Amino acid sequence: MKTRTLMLGWEFPPFISGGLGTACYGLTKAMDRLGMPVTFVLPRAMPIRFAGGPDSPSGTEVSEYYRTGMRHVRLRPIPSTLVPYTPGKPCKAAHWHHAKAQAAVATLEATDGQRAIYGPDICAEVQRYAIQVMKAAESEEFDVIHAHDWMTFPAGIAVATRTGKPLVVQVHSTEFDRSGEHVNQHVYDIERQGMHAATMIIAVSNYTRNIIINRYGIAPEKVEVVYNGIDFNGRTETSFPRAWPDKTVLFLGRVTMQKGPEYFLFAAKRVLEKMENVKFVMAGDGDMLYRSIELAANLGIGHKVFFTRFLRGDDVDRAYQMADLYVMPSVSEPFGIAPLEALQHNVPVLVSKTSGIAETFHNALKVDFWDINEMANKMVAVLRYPPLQEMLRIEGRKEALRFRWEDSAARVGEIYHKAMSMV
Amino acid sequence: MASVCFYFQVHQPYRLRHYTIFDSGNDYFDTHKNAEICRKVAKKCYLPANRLFLDLIRQHGGRFKISYSLTGVLLEQLREYAPKVLESFQELADTGCVEFLCETYHHSLSYLYSPREFVEQVEAHRQLMYDLFGQTPRVFRNTELIYNNSIAQAVERIGGFDAILAEGADHILGYRSPNYVYRPPNCSKLKLLLKNYRLSDDIAFRFSNRGWNEWPLGADKFAQWVNTVNGNGYVVNLFIDYETFGEHQWEDTGIFEFLQHLPAEVLKHPDNDFKTPSEVAAAYEAVDVVDVPYYISWADIERDLSAWLGNAMQHSAIRELYRIESMVKASGDPDILDQWRKLQTSDHLYYMCTKWFADGDVHKYFNPYDSPYDSYINYMNILDHLGTRCSALTPAGVA
Repeated sequence: MKTRTLMLGWEFPPFISGGLGTACYGLTKAMDRLGMPVTFVLPRAMPIRFAGGPDSPSGTEVSEYYRTGMRHVRLRPIPSTLVPYTPGKPCKAAHWHHAKAQAAVATLEATDGQRAIYGPDICAEVQRYAIQVMKAAESEEFDVIHAHDWMTFPAGIAVATRTGKPLVVQVHSTEFDRSGEHVNQHVYDIERQGMHAATMIIAVSNYTRNIIINRYGIAPEKVEVVYNGIDFNGRTETSFPRAWPDKTVLFLGRVTMQKGPEYFLFAAKRVLEKMENVKFVMAGDGDMLYRSIELAANLGIGHKVFFTRFLRGDDVDRAYQMADLYVMPSVSEPFGIAPLEALQHNVPVLVSKTSGIAETFHNALKVDFWDINEMANKMVAVLRYPPLQEMLRIEGRKEALRFRWEDSAARVGEIYHKAMSMV
Repeated sequence: MASVCFYFQVHQPYRLRHYTIFDSGNDYFDTHKNAEICRKVAKKCYLPANRLFLDLIRQHGGRFKISYSLTGVLLEQLREYAPKVLESFQELADTGCVEFLCETYHHSLSYLYSPREFVEQVEAHRQLMYDLFGQTPRVFRNTELIYNNSIAQAVERIGGFDAILAEGADHILGYRSPNYVYRPPNCSKLKLLLKNYRLSDDIAFRFSNRGWNEWPLGADKFAQWVNTVNGNGYVVNLFIDYETFGEHQWEDTGIFEFLQHLPAEVLKHPDNDFKTPSEVAAAYEAVDVVDVPYYISWADIERDLSAWLGNAMQHSAIRELYRIESMVKASGDPDILDQWRKLQTSDHLYYMCTKWFADGDVHKYFNPYDSPYDSYINYMNILDHLGTRCSALTPAGVA
């Protein structure tokens, strides 16, 4: 008898850009390939068009399931305005502190120009979502509940309490990753409750596992690590002709405190002291975008740094294809799928040591995010020494392709069994 | 007869300090770490092992003999950080039962890239052995037992050598045994002594392995294995890293205990004895020519050059290293020359090895860097700085 999962997940590409949606999508697709039955509960504010599957019914009516193009996965939308960590709306530099606090509360804009319904505030919306999920769960058959990150935890707890089924929560990021030491107490409380209520916890790295144990007071034996994977499309990447002869260093991600954009710029400044012919591309939006633009100007490197804002689809591919080096200077990165994506695009990577990927990946350069000199030192080395760039690219890509979602899904299956035996 | 021929390799590199592209100092070496490691290894290995061998030599009244190859870069560090070790090696030299071999002063791969530099380092090392131990070496061993036909010929051309050592790799020996003396092709006088890697590795690698079906290995059992060579070989060449004693195999594995009893156990058989490499070369005729057209070494299971020259970074680093040779020598600056030579030590290239890097294993233990990439970046930054210093001193056009 196969374990049936009620998965409380997040939106799939191309509607989202963050790691959470990508991870949910990758994991669920792999579970489907392994024949693991999943009912995927999705907060949705508007009708859905699904990548790889036929279009959903048009209009605003809510039908109970959407077809997914997957054999073992049913998609069940729940009307809700909850969204994970969106690119966010840039705001004036002076207000970035305020904006940061709002980052997780960002709202969804309909692609067709329609505005989605706003939840009055995030906490009420989380509760409202939990009630909706409870209702939906009544008509579902499942053996285990799998909730992804804090906004779905109350719903997971509610369903588990009602049904007596084991709750597995997966932690893709914690409040400490997103906000440093200035945690939102309410969010922290929800995270903590979810982790304590869960039968088993899946952390996306040992880095995150340690935070869960030390900051949330969870017994170590309850927390298992399952690394993320990467969807390899099998294409051989071609390089995109650059508009300039210069070397290019790429930052791609949300421009938020968590991602360390200012360290990237400080390092860029140092690199330019040693090398002239380098350009730096910062791709992404976020509450530190304007501040970053100002910082680049203040450092006197405004003419060398290009801000692309938020990129989608082919533009993301192009950004990678132009790059000689991808840098992820995150202050705190639970896993870090983006470096794997960069390697999939044949771009060597430099990652901060405070990331999940750094603990398990060998063929990448690693640096402390605050160590500007060392970050610049390594950037210069990659740009100056072709053998280094080549080895990081070839060996890194080989290693990246070993991160298979099927392996993650199989591990998740084992954890389900363990959780079911404990209830 | 079965002669046991011990040769111990003793070496420590000058490890580099962290050197970024923004550094501009002329000091490239991590003095603090080098001193610390030198003193640590002296305490755990060199001093107790030297003491033990000195006792054994005295105890057996000249019947127990050993040989060493001490690199120039090790001896310089001992002089500075652990002079007692140097004194104890001199004491060993005074017994007359210890032979000192010759190698490249800087434990370098110079033969592969600069034959001229190779000769200079061999001469420098031979002189050092004479200065410190009053012996002029008659036997040569190249860095990491890197060897092929042409190296043997080059060593014979340098002159003054009776024998050269190499790995007794299966693929060069075929059905033949390493327990005889051989000759390199096109050499008239030089003999070739080959490492018995099975028995050597029993001590160096397997000794403390509890999963090994011969564990625990006692001196009596090992002597039995030596005895079986009687009648189908002359010599058992045990070529071992000296740091095996106390550093790779910790004292609590019983390794010193094993050594303590080994000479007596071996000598129990009336046909056995101990010989130094020179004595082996003098005592036994070569039975055959061994042709080694390709490079071999004693490293890893491949027994080739891939630990030092197995990837693009390593090739790029060594090319750059020897590319600046003429500039370094034209600069006329003894400090620059000395630093350039210390950068030739093969360990620097070994740290850049990516073989099995993904598994993170044996190489890691000896590696001061977090990754081979870090090692390459650091090394190239230093070479770059050294090259810049040379350029400033060299008239244009020399390089």
